[in-house]
Amino acid sequence: MIADIVLVVAAALFVGVYVSWRAGRIDRMHARVDMAHAALDASLLRRSSVALELATSGLLDPATSLLLAEAVHGTRGGDRPRDLAESDLTRALRAAFSQPDFRASLSGKDGADELLAEVESAAHQVFLARKFYNDVVAVTRDARHRPLARALRLSGKAAVPEFFEMDDSLLADFTQATLNPGR
Amino acid sequence: MKIGMVCPYSWDVPGGVQQHVRDLAEALIDYGHEVSVISPADDDTPLPPYVVGAGRAVPVPYNGSVARLSFGFLSASRVRRWVKEGGFDLLHVHEPSVPSLSLLACWVASGPIVATVHTAIPRSRVLVVTYPVLRTALEKISGRIAVSEAARTTLVEHIGGDAVVIPNGVATRRYRKAEPLPGWPGSGGSIGFLGRTDEPRKGLAVLLKAFETLGAQRPGLRLLIAGPAGDPEEVLNRVPAALRDRVVLLGQVSEEDKVRVLHSVDVFCSPNTGGESFGIVTAEAMAAGVPIVASDIEAFRQVLRGGEAGELFTTGDAAELALAAGRLLDDPARRAELSAAALAAVAEYDWSVVAREVLNVYETVVLGRTGVAVAQ
Repeated sequence: MIADIVLVVAAALFVGVYVSWRAGRIDRMHARVDMAHAALDASLLRRSSVALELATSGLLDPATSLLLAEAVHGTRGGDRPRDLAESDLTRALRAAFSQPDFRASLSGKDGADELLAEVESAAHQVFLARKFYNDVVAVTRDARHRPLARALRLSGKAAVPEFFEMDDSLLADFTQATLNPGR
Repeated sequence: MKIGMVCPYSWDVPGGVQQHVRDLAEALIDYGHEVSVISPADDDTPLPPYVVGAGRAVPVPYNGSVARLSFGFLSASRVRRWVKEGGFDLLHVHEPSVPSLSLLACWVASGPIVATVHTAIPRSRVLVVTYPVLRTALEKISGRIAVSEAARTTLVEHIGGDAVVIPNGVATRRYRKAEPLPGWPGSGGSIGFLGRTDEPRKGLAVLLKAFETLGAQRPGLRLLIAGPAGDPEEVLNRVPAALRDRVVLLGQVSEEDKVRVLHSVDVFCSPNTGGESFGIVTAEAMAAGVPIVASDIEAFRQVLRGGEAGELFTTGDAAELALAAGRLLDDPARRAELSAAALAAVAEYDWSVVAREVLNVYETVVLGRTGVAVAQ
């Protein structure tokens, strides 16, 4: 009899601990989503600010400058959704950087190499930050969708995190080289 | 005069600026001036003899959509070569605040430069931020033309300086003659409409309402509608079932077919309820010599000389439109009279007249200057 009671209490305790651990895990995941989102946000802001720096540097021809500045402006709270505006900036940067002899035409000018490297690194950071963010969103969404989590509403009132989709394939060569240094 | 003209948008894409550049260049050539136009264009596009291709334009995001523009050092050096070899007395750039050839032309050239602003510039802050970069280019412009009062206002507010307003012209001779579409206008009479069917201010709803009356009275009468349509089904659903087979929707038509549409109808209707500053479509219909029934908005009142060159009806009044159109359909003599009056009235909007005004600007700007050269 006593043994049965102990067993039931122990089982209940175990279930309780397990459920609260699952809830805590989902909670931590949401915190990680928030952090990853902050990192993504920061990387996007950094990219748009160095892009504007390049646009106003006087290194480029005025048409390319204006094109970049327009795209940067679009990312700053225009009426276009952020994913579209950021993708526009990617495309504007890509259009600028993929001009024939773009680099050759700038090299040797004061500060040009540093600035171009900074734009590239900022763009690459966006690529990474978005990848990490979408990864943690995927894991979190998966955890929320488990039957136990759904039945017991373990995610509480936290909103379902959304993936952030955009065109960030700016400088494909650069990205490839960095990710696969051996190739 | 030897004029170098710069078009910022791809020559192979239809657009208002391209059409303006083409018509103005041709009008200037008719006056005996030497004109060379540089424009982005695909390599395999057949170009008129006066157009120099500046290479393929690159599709880039611009103003929330994708535009095909030419930018970068390579484009700049192409423009520089064109300027160098052209030996122009004057450069005329169009839309200099669009990141394309016109801006580059201002950058690489020095000498008398005239600029035409076509559209309102929505993003002044961008210009403020990039002003130090653009200044060297934009400051070289010595004469500015705006195609409308609205364009002039934004220019004054955002870039500073003033501009003369010279409106778009109408290439009247392109509209004068065309073969009607097969089977049109037909013996039962026909009414035409050109414009977006899903833009309320174009007033198609008023015309459809009037057609209910007219169509019921006249068993053979047909309605010809051309212009981009959101949903053709939706338009037909607004017409009583009995009349539906007498309403023909062509959708978007080419420039050539637009002229043919104008020659395919007995009466042309401009039922706009507002939002027109000039009424280019109405002017084009006048140039085709079609008798016109138009709403009495200010723009139409002006272009139709207060009703002399076309019938006016109270804006939005379908019953009055039905009466006016009905009278015209019954009276061939009156139609011939209006046709002649329209042709006479539209002559003052012809490009030949507009080009003369532009030439006045040119002459003012080149006074005492030695011509265009490559900037140092």
